[in-house]
Amino acid sequence: MTYDALILGAGHNGLVTACYLARAGMKVLVIEKNDWVGGAAVSRELTPGFTYSNCSYVASLFRPEIMRDLELPRHGLQILPYEGGAVFQEGGGYLGMYRDHDANRREFARHSARDAEAYDVYSRDVLRYCRFIRPMLLRTPPDPARFRPRDIGELLFIGKQVSGLSERQIADMVRFWTMSISDYLDHYFESPVIKAYLAVSAIIGTALGPMSPGSAYVLLHHYMGDVDGNIGAWGFARGGMGSITKALSSSLQASGGEIRTGAPVARVLVKNGRSIGVVLENGDEIRAKRVISNMDVKRTMLKHVEERELPGDYVASVKKFKTRGSSGKLNIALDAAPKFAALPEGSPAIKGDLHFTDSIEKMERAYDDWKAGHFSRDPFQDVMIPTMIDPTMTPPGKHFMSCFVQYAPPKIGDLAEGGRDWTDADRDAFGEACLNQIERYAPGFRNLIRHVEIRTPRELEAEVGLTEGNIFQGELTFDQLLFNRPVPRYANYRTPVRDLWICGSSTHPGGGVMGAPGRNAASEILRDAKLSPKDMSDAWPVL
Amino acid sequence: MPGPSFDRDVIVIGAGPNGLACAHRLASKGRKVTLIEAEATPGGGIRALPDLAPGLTPSLAHLVWQIDPRVEAAMDLSRHGLTWEATDIPTTVIGRDGNLVIRGPLTEGPDAAAWKALYQRLLSFAAALEPFRRMAPPRLQAGGNSWARLAKNLIGIRALGTKDFRELLRVILINAHDVAQDELTDPRLRAALCFDAVLGAWAGPRSPNTLILLLDRLAGEIAGRKGALGLPKGGMPALAQAMTNAATAAGVSLRSNSRVSRISIADDRITGVILHSGETLVAPVVISAIGPKATILSLAGTEHFDTGLVTALRHQKSRGGTAKLHLALSARPDFRGADLRSRLLLAADEHEVETAFNPVKYGEVPDRPVMEIVIPTAFSGGTGPHLLSANVQFAPHAPKAGEDAAREAMLKACLARLEEAAPGISALITRAGILMPYDIERQFGMAGGNWHHGELAVEQMLFNRPIAPLSRYATPLKGLWLTGAGTHPGGMSGAAGRNAADAVLEAKA
Repeated sequence: MTYDALILGAGHNGLVTACYLARAGMKVLVIEKNDWVGGAAVSRELTPGFTYSNCSYVASLFRPEIMRDLELPRHGLQILPYEGGAVFQEGGGYLGMYRDHDANRREFARHSARDAEAYDVYSRDVLRYCRFIRPMLLRTPPDPARFRPRDIGELLFIGKQVSGLSERQIADMVRFWTMSISDYLDHYFESPVIKAYLAVSAIIGTALGPMSPGSAYVLLHHYMGDVDGNIGAWGFARGGMGSITKALSSSLQASGGEIRTGAPVARVLVKNGRSIGVVLENGDEIRAKRVISNMDVKRTMLKHVEERELPGDYVASVKKFKTRGSSGKLNIALDAAPKFAALPEGSPAIKGDLHFTDSIEKMERAYDDWKAGHFSRDPFQDVMIPTMIDPTMTPPGKHFMSCFVQYAPPKIGDLAEGGRDWTDADRDAFGEACLNQIERYAPGFRNLIRHVEIRTPRELEAEVGLTEGNIFQGELTFDQLLFNRPVPRYANYRTPVRDLWICGSSTHPGGGVMGAPGRNAASEILRDAKLSPKDMSDAWPVL
Repeated sequence: MPGPSFDRDVIVIGAGPNGLACAHRLASKGRKVTLIEAEATPGGGIRALPDLAPGLTPSLAHLVWQIDPRVEAAMDLSRHGLTWEATDIPTTVIGRDGNLVIRGPLTEGPDAAAWKALYQRLLSFAAALEPFRRMAPPRLQAGGNSWARLAKNLIGIRALGTKDFRELLRVILINAHDVAQDELTDPRLRAALCFDAVLGAWAGPRSPNTLILLLDRLAGEIAGRKGALGLPKGGMPALAQAMTNAATAAGVSLRSNSRVSRISIADDRITGVILHSGETLVAPVVISAIGPKATILSLAGTEHFDTGLVTALRHQKSRGGTAKLHLALSARPDFRGADLRSRLLLAADEHEVETAFNPVKYGEVPDRPVMEIVIPTAFSGGTGPHLLSANVQFAPHAPKAGEDAAREAMLKACLARLEEAAPGISALITRAGILMPYDIERQFGMAGGNWHHGELAVEQMLFNRPIAPLSRYATPLKGLWLTGAGTHPGGMSGAAGRNAADAVLEAKA
């Protein structure tokens, strides 16, 4: 039988696309190489009784319009906003973060009265840039080199957004988008630890340091989401990040879509320049009117499509697409909650994100290690204990701890010589560096560990299929954003092969568990198939 | 009530290339101009420094990347004594395994074809963007724009053709490192591309927004040749002399050895300047080429501006990352047989350029700096002692270890690097001097020791140069204008001087 749509990869974007297509009446099949769905939004039991969010670990970017359209709360999704957070300082101090504005202000003032004032101005300015960019998330980028009505219309839409700002605001925004987060924060703040805390979102998942120009945009990328309408807020998916993809699967099946796991694809079948289906690794053929890949553009086009089916300059462009991995992850099962020496008993700070990097200089030095082809000796870690808020993930009294680590290079060793693959010994040394760092601030922590999973870019690529372990399916620099993502001319989710589409994070607007690429791709596919998108809310009206 | 009477129309502060170009333009349009220079000799960054050894006269800038063609034509520099020692200087990269000569688009080895294609594409991008250098930065909203001109410039960019237009939009904010790795295999070519992109910048080649700095550099021309490098006969001071001659011939009254201590202001309006000597010079218009920070924060005084502007200007980034090394050599050095009538690059690959930047971020001195060397005496074919002039990257502008210790460490690192590239050179050195960014700030008044009086970085370009409210050469203080490298488009091509003069003339018209 022939499906209307065959989706390769059951990550969150693939499932979002599948849901929208199924709701519009298409016969949809999602195939997944792993024995479970979710891609990088998964909950897995890697040691008995403990559920791990073992890849992505917090939610905020997931578009609320998609949650509503696909009725995800009805299918079990619940986002729990979290509060708190702390940066532990060398020498025993800390900076806490609280959701309550006044509490937070007092805490900032403890480090710098001036910075407490500046934080309100800073928040206002960053929120302005967020508001500017959010309406672009659920739109197909224009191709500025073409003069088709749609491209011109989309360009006008952006123009209209810009014209709503004052001359001064536009100039400031251009500065913000192009500068480094370090320089940007210097305009507002003086306290190194406050700057270190605020710079975090600018480096998560990117192959940039906080002193690299362009890193301020990455900050925005992490700020433009919301939880319950609270822009910039973050939360946990109850039951782990896999709850998002479980709800999507359930929503898909409710609309008649099918999912087949344990079915790795070998090759996309192309006939007369059109894709007609795929061959699985086991030799099975699946036919479909269109094939939509949730894999990143490199993996899709360079590994699963024969090069002769593609124009040479397209292949060259895809090869230039940068997917350097920069992150690793430790997932830890704990017998009890760790005690951080600096935090007072009962501090809510422990419910949020915990960092051990108290200056931008330390972050930047960690990046220098990455550039030299080594994992950071004094890494930056974003540590979360979701079980502080969501008790469903572990047995009572036990905890799951997620440690996101910057930086870990895709290859080890001298980059001038190309580097070599990670070995198990490298991976263990990387894990040790991270665990020892935590132990320094939470003495006795190591005694609480029941099980640790260490993931380097090698593991991320092997399991999740992210090329070079890049969590965004491609770096978030201007040469790879908007109409340049993934490659110029093909930012509209299409490829040179007719009926072969891309719907993952290597398309606009990029990575994070956002769902926007999947939704936008579905919108284009339905438009192409002359079907009207049912239940697809247009968050922001066209002109 | 009649206003104050003035015996001159304009005072220009600072006789660097932009101040000279600006003063000349105004004088040639009939304005009575006084050009004030603190030093004994005009020229700013291209003036002659005290001799290192008899006959060896160094200068801060040692090569000409660009002279604005409008400025060169209007000042008729050749009539005023400018002749070229060389106008198309090749680059020799001293690599790990041998040297590589690059002449514009031409080079040898397996990358010859790739380099030619890349270089020509970059030149065409540079040419498409170049018209923006010749105008005041566009305003972002209605009013004050020359729309016909803007449209023409944009059409010029689109006229690159669909494919190149798309490519330009992709690479406009990309880093130099990725382009080098994507397009080239020879580490020496990669090194050259990366080095030239970050020369004079406070950024390593892995930093996004660095390729555009190279495009900006390639937008210039010497003697009608795009992207060329020139060396005037007599060195850079000869260019300063020719510009000075042209300016005075046009009627500019030059006052050297005159340092301005204050800009005088009455009733929120400029009335002139007060010199260190106590003398007051009156004029209704003052144009300062000595840098936006120095002008607004020191000479005019912050009390005349709103606090937002003052804060923004204080935060404007002006970190110098380049040191200047001068050596007097008793004989010709041997860089493994390299032709000394070329520009020598000591950078083995893109990683070395990036790695040399790392410590500077933390106020430290790199172990292995990379450098650009010019031996002006080798061009004139002299047989006597030689002058080696090098731009060394990167150097901290505010070293943690203290200024003297950093200077000493930097010199040591430079000499070790030189000895490696030119074995035996140490024995030839009769005198050595190094100017760290903080020395450059002190001697030349450039904020942070940055060549551009404020970093030339994308977030400080066009309508954000030096900062948004000052980007069209005018200031909120009536009669006070800015020019110089700190204003659009930066650099010492004279373009900023010319643009500022045109803005003043337009406002007066």
